[in-house]
Amino acid sequence: MKLNRFAATALLCTSLIAGSAFAATIDKPECVAPAKPGGGFDLTCRIAQTGLKDQLQELMQVTFMPGGIGAVAINMFNTTRTDDPNAIVAFSSGSLLNIATGKYGEWTENDVRWLATAGADFGAVVVRNDSKFKTLAELMDAFKQGESTVVVGAGGSVGSQDWMKAALLIKSIEKDPKKMRYVAYDGGGDAITGLLGGSIEVYFGDVGEMVSHLGTGTMRVLAVMSPDRLPAPFAEIPTTKELGYDAEWTIMRGYYMGKNVSDDAYNAWVEKFKAAYATEEFAKIQKEKGLLPLNMAGKEFDDDVKKRVDRMRGIAKEAGLIQ
Amino acid sequence: MDTVFAGLSQGFAVALNPINFFYVIIGCFSGTLIGALPGIGPINGVAILLPIAYSAGLPPESALILLAGIYYGAEYGGRVSSILLNVPGDAGAVFTTLDGNPMAKKGEAGRALSLSAVASFIGGTISVILMTLFGPLLASVAIHFNPSDYVALMVFAFTCLASLVGKNPIKTLLAAVMGLMIASIGIDANTGVARFTFGIPDILAGIDFLVIVIGLFGMGELITLVEHQVTGKLAVLPVGKSFVSWKDLMVTKWVILRCSLLGFFIGVLPGTGASVASAVAYGTEKRIAGKSGESFGTGDIRGLAAPEAANNGSAGGAMVPMLTLGIPGSGTTAILLGALLLFNVTPGPLMFVQRPEIAWGLIASMYIGNIALLIINLPLVGFFARLLTIPQKYLTPLIAVLAFIGVYSVVSNPFDLYMIIGLGVFGWLLRKLGFSLAPVILGVVLGNLFEDNLRRALSISGGDWMILIESGRSIAIYVLTALILFVPPLVSSLRRRAATNAATSEA
Repeated sequence: MKLNRFAATALLCTSLIAGSAFAATIDKPECVAPAKPGGGFDLTCRIAQTGLKDQLQELMQVTFMPGGIGAVAINMFNTTRTDDPNAIVAFSSGSLLNIATGKYGEWTENDVRWLATAGADFGAVVVRNDSKFKTLAELMDAFKQGESTVVVGAGGSVGSQDWMKAALLIKSIEKDPKKMRYVAYDGGGDAITGLLGGSIEVYFGDVGEMVSHLGTGTMRVLAVMSPDRLPAPFAEIPTTKELGYDAEWTIMRGYYMGKNVSDDAYNAWVEKFKAAYATEEFAKIQKEKGLLPLNMAGKEFDDDVKKRVDRMRGIAKEAGLIQ
Repeated sequence: MDTVFAGLSQGFAVALNPINFFYVIIGCFSGTLIGALPGIGPINGVAILLPIAYSAGLPPESALILLAGIYYGAEYGGRVSSILLNVPGDAGAVFTTLDGNPMAKKGEAGRALSLSAVASFIGGTISVILMTLFGPLLASVAIHFNPSDYVALMVFAFTCLASLVGKNPIKTLLAAVMGLMIASIGIDANTGVARFTFGIPDILAGIDFLVIVIGLFGMGELITLVEHQVTGKLAVLPVGKSFVSWKDLMVTKWVILRCSLLGFFIGVLPGTGASVASAVAYGTEKRIAGKSGESFGTGDIRGLAAPEAANNGSAGGAMVPMLTLGIPGSGTTAILLGALLLFNVTPGPLMFVQRPEIAWGLIASMYIGNIALLIINLPLVGFFARLLTIPQKYLTPLIAVLAFIGVYSVVSNPFDLYMIIGLGVFGWLLRKLGFSLAPVILGVVLGNLFEDNLRRALSISGGDWMILIESGRSIAIYVLTALILFVPPLVSSLRRRAATNAATSEA
């Protein structure tokens, strides 16, 4: 206890001496990954941890709060830690889809403060190297014969964002996603095993996780679901859009804070993120973790997220996930 | 084969480098401790130490050697609290409690600890040897293991469950059904519908296996201890200076060998890990033991050796798909895979060509690590056994605190702490009513895998059940299931007939 008080005083002094550029200082910064270690949320928090290293006085702690596909964390930040100025929580567009489809119960996009992005990833249509589908058009032709002619799979349940990628693609040719032969695996690793083992013919994955498999010659990416062509090593891969299918899926990774966090504290974080975005170091970290740059923070980001959730609600309704 | 030996000798050069050798020892030692603490298992040990290793600026091969040491070290350590306290040290050590703890209660804690250390060593070493020789080959077989093959494997596992039916088959079946029901809690992957969540967001993704293990077994045991203390029934455990004998090893040699292989193969399969391996090993051995298997659960050394050989075998097996294909075979290897990516090393077949010092260094370090673990663990047996001399009034709260910290460090959700208490009371009640908890755990472990894979298989076939017997692998497993079901009773009845014949001919 004594030590803590001493540390706090020492920290206060340092920050005073350093000249507080911002109204609020961040004390014992913490990033909450609402999952078990090792997954996408862990990665999101590690980006904040290494990316903000130079902006924060202390190294950010990463803590894990699994349970309920992220519902536990959003619950916590809406009940007990609503004004915690030192903690940020990782989320992805999968969390936004859960909000859109009402999986988080009473909590909506208006119950937290959307803070900043970590980066973006995009959906990828992947087949085995020796697949009979050489192009996306060939695959789509098969789907036109009937939704159930092709066995597809991904790492999430029906209604998750992994399922959504497949559903969007099938909807783009006016077919019914509910008639798909969709195999739900427990995470991307298992689904890739299923693809390589021949259980499924098409895997709907993410571009980022494909980086380590590109050079091995075991799998081919038929198309990426990004709005524009991606930089190398994906520059050769066409987008779904340019091939004439209106199916885009951006996986956004970022952070939110509790709803009652003061403007001072929120803005202090926004400034830290903006400062980090300006460094080459941050771009390097994004690349290392398989993400592409998508840098947004503060009000601009908050608006963008709310728009996204709205759009997802529309898609979910069309796909028959919600009434 | 030449490339294997060339690679391995390069690997030993890396692993025997004094600094790396030091990391092997540190990893194994801290892994043992992490495994021994109730609640804290390999997955959190590795997850906590990964950022430390990274920020300390270790070269990738050293970091990986250290982290892997913690991983298989923890599988060794998990047995300690299972045997001594009847509280599983981690999820893979549940089945070690069944015979390990009764041995400790009989004053044979030292014998149980040392025997299980040897079983762990053999399991671990066999799996490293198999990994070295057949790694890439096995990995390509493992990925062709499709959902319907998993269904067959689960049918096999459930058949082993039948061997756990003790004096009261109805209670065993009821317990298994309870396990299956617990397994179905959470969002259903195939429809996206929440099942049995009653609007509680904390269990939308199901109940964490660790929470179930620590709750039902750990807390249930502690409540039983407190009850015995209050009612004055608490017996002081005798601490003998027992140690594993050559005879013990001879009795268990085939058990250990079989279970090491079984554990390794189950570990290689993505999605099944130490808990499935030890459960299947225990059930199979009890089946094979036939009539003499009735002593399983009362402190039979075979029942102790089986799950320990299997869970260490599976730790090595799980490394195979990670190293050769870049696919994690278990939760912990998923973190190790993340560690490789963090160091800009691409796992998969190319790693053996591009970064042989990492791939082979890691494999070689596992040979050294397993020997180190045996050497570390055998002298520590006496020290661990003396834990039992701590008065119960100090020990019980201490374990409770450790279990709470352990679980909280994984789940960070206070709700799960209440759940542990609730499950503890439930486990205690079940025991009072004469239920065995092992079938509950088996139901949870196998139920999820069985349901998920059955529904995956049926989604693939579009609802045609024939897919379940389409592959040769599935059929082979069903044949094996039939063998394990019918051969042991047949053999023992033949033996009995031979014995009576002999008796009559003598007379």
